[in-house]
Amino acid sequence: MKTTKFNVFRIFILGVFFVLVSTPTFAISDEPEEEEFKVTEVIMHHIKDAHDFHLLDWDGHPISIPLPVLLWTENGLVAFMSSEFRHDDSGKVIVERNGQKFVKYHEEIYYASNSADENGTYMLFNEEHDPLNEHPFDFSITKLVFTMFVSMLLLILIFGFSARAYTKNGVPKGIAKFTEPLVVFIRDDVAIPNIGERHYKKFLPFLLTLFFFIWINNIMGLIPFFPFSANLSGNIAFTFVLALITFVMTTILGTKDYWKHIFWMPGVPVPLKPFLALIEFAGIFIKPASLMIRLFANITAGHIIILSLISLIFIFKSIWVSPGSIFFAVFVGLIEVLVVAIQAYIFTMLSALYIGSAMEKHEH
Amino acid sequence: MSFALLQEATVDYGAFAAIGAGLAAIGAGIGIGNIGGSAIQAMARQPEMMGKIQASAIILLAFVEAVALFAIVVSLIK
Amino acid sequence: MDLVTPDVGLIFWTFISFVILFFVLKKFAWKPIVGTVNDREQSIKDALASAENAKKEMKNLTADNERILKEARAEREIMIKEARDLKTKMISDAKEEAKVAADKMISQAQEAIKNEKKSAIADLKNQVASLSIEIAEKVVENELSDKEKQLKLVEDMLSDTTLN
Repeated sequence: MKTTKFNVFRIFILGVFFVLVSTPTFAISDEPEEEEFKVTEVIMHHIKDAHDFHLLDWDGHPISIPLPVLLWTENGLVAFMSSEFRHDDSGKVIVERNGQKFVKYHEEIYYASNSADENGTYMLFNEEHDPLNEHPFDFSITKLVFTMFVSMLLLILIFGFSARAYTKNGVPKGIAKFTEPLVVFIRDDVAIPNIGERHYKKFLPFLLTLFFFIWINNIMGLIPFFPFSANLSGNIAFTFVLALITFVMTTILGTKDYWKHIFWMPGVPVPLKPFLALIEFAGIFIKPASLMIRLFANITAGHIIILSLISLIFIFKSIWVSPGSIFFAVFVGLIEVLVVAIQAYIFTMLSALYIGSAMEKHEH
Repeated sequence: MSFALLQEATVDYGAFAAIGAGLAAIGAGIGIGNIGGSAIQAMARQPEMMGKIQASAIILLAFVEAVALFAIVVSLIK
Repeated sequence: MDLVTPDVGLIFWTFISFVILFFVLKKFAWKPIVGTVNDREQSIKDALASAENAKKEMKNLTADNERILKEARAEREIMIKEARDLKTKMISDAKEEAKVAADKMISQAQEAIKNEKKSAIADLKNQVASLSIEIAEKVVENELSDKEKQLKLVEDMLSDTTLN
C-alpha cells in the first residue's frame, strides 16, 4: 500500500518536472506573435460586471452562458438574451428591438450611432475616448445579479434546511449544527452588546441576513468556477445598497437624544458646539460611506491581488514563475478566507453599533 | 520651470495613483506593526487572555487595512 | 472611475434581493432557529432552576426527617421517663400502702393485746376477788373455830397465792 502511494507520488513529481521542462520549450517553438497580455484589462474585466457569464476560452473562442438583458428605454421595456451581441464588447454588433438599436461597449449598453466609425464601432467618442452615446437604464440580469440570485437560493436552502434540522426538544442535527453557532454568535457577540438586551430582538433578523448575505457572497467570490467567482460583494453598488439600508435605519430610528448629541452636544463648552455639530453631522454620512468603501475595497483588493499573482505567469511569459505565483496566490487565497469572514463580521458589527447608538438613551 | 514641465508632459495619472497607494501602504504597515507588536506584548504579559487579544487584534488589523484600501480606492478615481 | 460608480441596475436588483431575502429568511429561518435556540436556553434555565429547587426540597426533606426523628427520640425519652416515674411511684405507693397496712395491723394487734391484757387483768381481778372472798369465807369459818388457826390459814393462803 505504502509503496503504491509512493510510486504515485514519484510519477506525479516526474510528471510535474517534465511539464515544467517541456512547456517553455514548446512556448519558445511557437512563434511569439501573440497579442500583448494586458494585465489591467484582464483584472478589470474580472472584477467588473458583465452581461454574460464567461466560463472559459476554447480554441480562441469564448464560451459563456448568456444572461437576459433588460432595458428600460424611451419606448418601454426591452428584453433579449446577451448572446445576441455574439461576445462583442466593442460596440460593433447591433441588436435591434422596438425600432431601437443597441450596442455593447465595455459591458455598458448604449443606443447605437447611425453609422460605424473607421473601426466598425457604432459609437461616438470625445477626445479622451469616453463614449458620448446615450444609454438606456440597464436592469439586466447581469453576471453579478445572477450570482446574487444564486447566493439567495443557497442561503434560503441552507437556512431553510437548518430551521427544519431540529429535533422536537430543540437539539440541532446535521446542517443546523454548523449554522446554529454562527447565528448564536451574531446574537450574542454582535446584536446584544451593540444594541442592548431591550431592543436587539427587532434587529436580529436584519443583522443575520446582512451578515450571511455578505459572507456567502464574499465566499462565492473566492471560488473560481462557474456559478461562483463573481466579484459581487466587491462591487460598489452592492455595498452601497447595504450601507444605505443601515443609514436609513439609523436616520429613521434615531431618538431625540441621538439628534441632540449630533447638533448640540451636551457637556461641551458652547463655542465648541457648532464645530462639533459640523463634525458629527458629517459623521452621519461618513459612517455608512466608510462601511460601503471598506467592504468594497477589501473584497476588490483581494480579487486584484490574487489575479495579479496569477497574471505574473503571463507577464513573465514563463512557466517557471508559476510555482511561486501559485504558492502566493494560494497563500493570499487562504488569508482571503479569513478576511472575507472578518469583513462580513465588521460590516454587521458596525451596522449594529450605528443602530445601537441611534437607539441609545443617555443618562445625564 | 518644473511647473511648466509638468504642464507640458503628458501626465501619467497611474504613476501618481501608484505613489498614493504606496504611501497608504506605508501608513497601514506602521499601523499593523503597532497593533501586532502591542498584541504580542499583551499576550506575553497575560497569556491567559490570548484568545481575546488575538480576536480583537485581527479585527483592528482589518480596520487599519481598510484605511489603506480607502486610499487605494481614492487612487482608483481618476 | 467606473469601478467606484455604482450601477443603477445592480443597485435596483441588490435592493430587491436583499428585501426579499430578508423577509423570506426572517419567516422561514431566523424565526424558527432563533426561537428554537431561545426555547432551548429557556428550558435549560428552567431545568437548572427546578433541579436547584429539588435540591433545596431534598435538603428540607432531610432536615424534616431529622427533626421528626429527633422528636420521636425525645418522645421516647419522655415515655421511658414517664414509665420509670410510674414504676417508682407504684413501688413507693405499694410500699407506703404496705407500710400503712402493716402499721394498721400492728396497731390492731397492739390494741388486741391491750384488750386481751385488760380483759386478763379484769379476769384476774375477778378471780382475785372471788378468791379473796373464798378466803374470806374460809377465814371467817376458821375464825369461828380458832383464832390461831385462822391466822395461820390466812398466812398459808396468802403464801399460796401468788399474783401471777
